[in-house]
Amino acid sequence: MNDTVISERLKIPAAINRLDTVLDFVRTSANRAGFSPRRITDLVLAVEEAVGNICRYAYPGGNGEIVIFCGNDSEGAFSIEIADGGVPFDLLSVEKPVFEGSLSRRKTGGLGIYLIRHMVDEVRYRREGQRNIITLVMCDRAERKGRSPDPRSGSGGKHPCDAHNPSGAGL
Amino acid sequence: MDTEKVGDVRIVRLQGRLGEVSAPQFEERMKAFIAQGETRFVVHMEELEYISSAGLRSILSTAKDLKELKGALYLSGLTGAVKEVFDISHFSDIFKIYGSVSEALEAIGDNE
Repeated sequence: MNDTVISERLKIPAAINRLDTVLDFVRTSANRAGFSPRRITDLVLAVEEAVGNICRYAYPGGNGEIVIFCGNDSEGAFSIEIADGGVPFDLLSVEKPVFEGSLSRRKTGGLGIYLIRHMVDEVRYRREGQRNIITLVMCDRAERKGRSPDPRSGSGGKHPCDAHNPSGAGL
Repeated sequence: MDTEKVGDVRIVRLQGRLGEVSAPQFEERMKAFIAQGETRFVVHMEELEYISSAGLRSILSTAKDLKELKGALYLSGLTGAVKEVFDISHFSDIFKIYGSVSEALEAIGDNE
């Protein structure tokens, strides 16, 4: 039912004032791929965090671009690749934030990446030539199921959708 | 965002997304209210689709400013992705959160 192959690409300057264009693009692609409104919200939030980071930190003192690719992988999972040509940065190396402390002592470093890992089913990073490439993978299109309470736990090398869809059918 | 004043409490209703673009605008607006001497706020989030880390930072920064002034920032109407982000980031532990604006107003009134 939802197995239409989708692949769309957007190339845009890495600037916060272009973020809405990116989010509209992701929202439209995910909607077409059959995601529920709530899952689209999860995905759009994750993309906002990832693209916001690139806009702020990838091109210090200069201009650069972001290329975004939305599509289904061979297993039927929807994935979004976000590529930039900026300084190397592996978001998976960022530690989980510390949540202890009162209001006055609360810090917010690392929070955005923590939210990305929570909102999508898998986050991958690779450095390819001069580019950082982040891949966000989404399996469940209706509601999130079987989510680990700790977004840092990995899929142990299996396809991230196996845990959500053991029979491999229905995607 | 829409705002109204009930007694000495400023009610701020947020819509759409509180993220990279809107969070700095929210923070600036709140600073302007505070500069005018307002120190008691209810921020209502029922119509917010989501809040990003930038949104959380703007809420935290405003709350810290208000704490120094012995003011109050109460939150209400957190649902869906907004509630989830507050829960997983443990922001729920450090804010006073109510179901509705009227419950928040009642609580802020009790805490004179």
